[in-house]
Amino acid sequence: MLIFEHSQSGRRATAQAPVDEAVVDDLPAELLRDDVPALPEVSEMQVVRHYTRLSQKNFSIDTEFYPLGSCTMKYNPRACNTLAMLPGFLAHHPLAPASEGQGVLACLYDLQEMLKGVTGMQAVSLAPAAGAQGEFAGVAMIRAYHDARGDAERDEILVPDAAHGTNPATATMCGYKVHEIPTGADGDVDVDALRAAVGPRTAGIMLTNPSTLGVFERRIEEIAGIVHNAGGLLYYDGANLNAILGKVRPGDMGFDVIHMNLHKTFSTPHGGGGPGAGPVGVSARLESFLPVPLVAFDGDEYSWITDRERPQSIGRLSAFAGNVGVLLRAYVYARMLGREGMHRVAEFATLNANYLMKRLQEAGFDLAFPDRRATHEFIVTLKRQQKEQGVSAMDVAKRLLDFGFHAPTTYFPMLVPECLLIEPTETESPEELDGFVEAMAKILDEAEQNPDHLHEAPHTRPVRRLDEVRAARELDLRWVAGGT
Amino acid sequence: MSELPGDLKYSKSHEWVRVNDDGTVTVGITDHAQEQLGDMVYVEVPEQGRELEAEEACAVVESVKAASDVYTPLAGTVVEVNEALTDAPETVNQDAYGAGWLMKLKPASPDALDGLMDPDAYQAFIDAE
Repeated sequence: MLIFEHSQSGRRATAQAPVDEAVVDDLPAELLRDDVPALPEVSEMQVVRHYTRLSQKNFSIDTEFYPLGSCTMKYNPRACNTLAMLPGFLAHHPLAPASEGQGVLACLYDLQEMLKGVTGMQAVSLAPAAGAQGEFAGVAMIRAYHDARGDAERDEILVPDAAHGTNPATATMCGYKVHEIPTGADGDVDVDALRAAVGPRTAGIMLTNPSTLGVFERRIEEIAGIVHNAGGLLYYDGANLNAILGKVRPGDMGFDVIHMNLHKTFSTPHGGGGPGAGPVGVSARLESFLPVPLVAFDGDEYSWITDRERPQSIGRLSAFAGNVGVLLRAYVYARMLGREGMHRVAEFATLNANYLMKRLQEAGFDLAFPDRRATHEFIVTLKRQQKEQGVSAMDVAKRLLDFGFHAPTTYFPMLVPECLLIEPTETESPEELDGFVEAMAKILDEAEQNPDHLHEAPHTRPVRRLDEVRAARELDLRWVAGGT
Repeated sequence: MSELPGDLKYSKSHEWVRVNDDGTVTVGITDHAQEQLGDMVYVEVPEQGRELEAEEACAVVESVKAASDVYTPLAGTVVEVNEALTDAPETVNQDAYGAGWLMKLKPASPDALDGLMDPDAYQAFIDAE
């Protein structure tokens, strides 16, 4: 039920009522509205109950285990939020001169330095306002690099077929043709196919390592050599950075450019279309192309670097300096962890994933890559259950909701049929993981005893199985008073 | 799964090709492919007159699970597209080899069908997948 549907004509929340009528006689008459906007007319208590009830329907990391593979749904420490909202940060005006914002600039500079250190890149820009913009900036820099060298023939970006869909989308946005590279049976990139694909048209390759299959690309140095020898550059998609934080560095693997999703690895708020941050890091040859502004420090004072100092920069991606409030949260998180803490993130993320993988295998689930060690996530395939019992990955995912667990990622990556991509993250306890295994074992039992019970799941949630086809075909996004 | 029509040729990326009497070919996605993708919610067909290279991505099928490119199994010019799919994408699920066809091509060369699989080979290919 929408708050509009609680509306009763004439009902008011007095606490919100204006004290005086606003004076608007300085506005042109034709711009003034002559009717009252159709806002819900409800009491204060109705508002409180409505939104409290809605919040209780939330299925979130604050209430439930959320092993949504590829999304790194870890706990975000409250301190990040609290400290990023200190009055000095909140009141800082983005147009204030650098001399009046030394505190904010110092935090941003340190964040640049910490991200450089943990990724092994030469330089970092915090400007991209989301992961997607970071990807765009990364490929735009690859293009700028080739253009600056007069190397205009390169019109292809190589993308492994296991990649996130954003990679081919970004390459296309930047005007490149996408050439897909197949994956071998062991989950690694097919290096022979890569060797055959590179050439004078290769601008670069976009790689995620660990890949979306939950395995580490073991021949990464060889891959880097093949692409570099062909004159191409290597792009690191930071989606799975959590698995290797402080352990292996993309810069050391030979990558030329990386984007980081701070909401995954550095504990900033997830999704909802809200503010994001997708910093980019580069090797020495791409440094001059980094998006501006950057923060500089001369040992005494912090200052902004703009396109005046960096004429080859791909430019600004947004007004001001990206989403500073989000960057501050990541800064606090990185500061709280320190160098050793970052190692522990990767260690416990992979330990939790491997523990969960082993236990689910013992419980009778099939792994997509049983011979490989998991990184921070792994894939279970329900192909056998689908064939034998007619129980799909979607059925298992929906039934998990009844047990109080968010579903893992389903049907991604597309390479594995009937797959669940499971990522526990480092912030879950062994007891929580055991509880998840127990629920999964029960579901496997139900698949044999009573598959229909799974087909109809969820049974205990505010809504039952939704009609996804109808939802996609008949979009219903707007409420109309008295309408249908 | 339904039986594979014997008069068609098949590609590794799960498209089928039918040779018509007038020398054109009809292209669609296989029943196996639509089954894997699940219920279709959107189909985008190429523009008429577009020249396609072999294995070029030329159409998009979007299901509740994923959006996937469709690759042309052979080079040629698009002479007709199935516009009815815009309003009724579920036709691909219901009749993949019939009313769910995507486009008709005029092949660029007479040997364009070489290298495609016959029904037995395609059946073996999907069994091994």
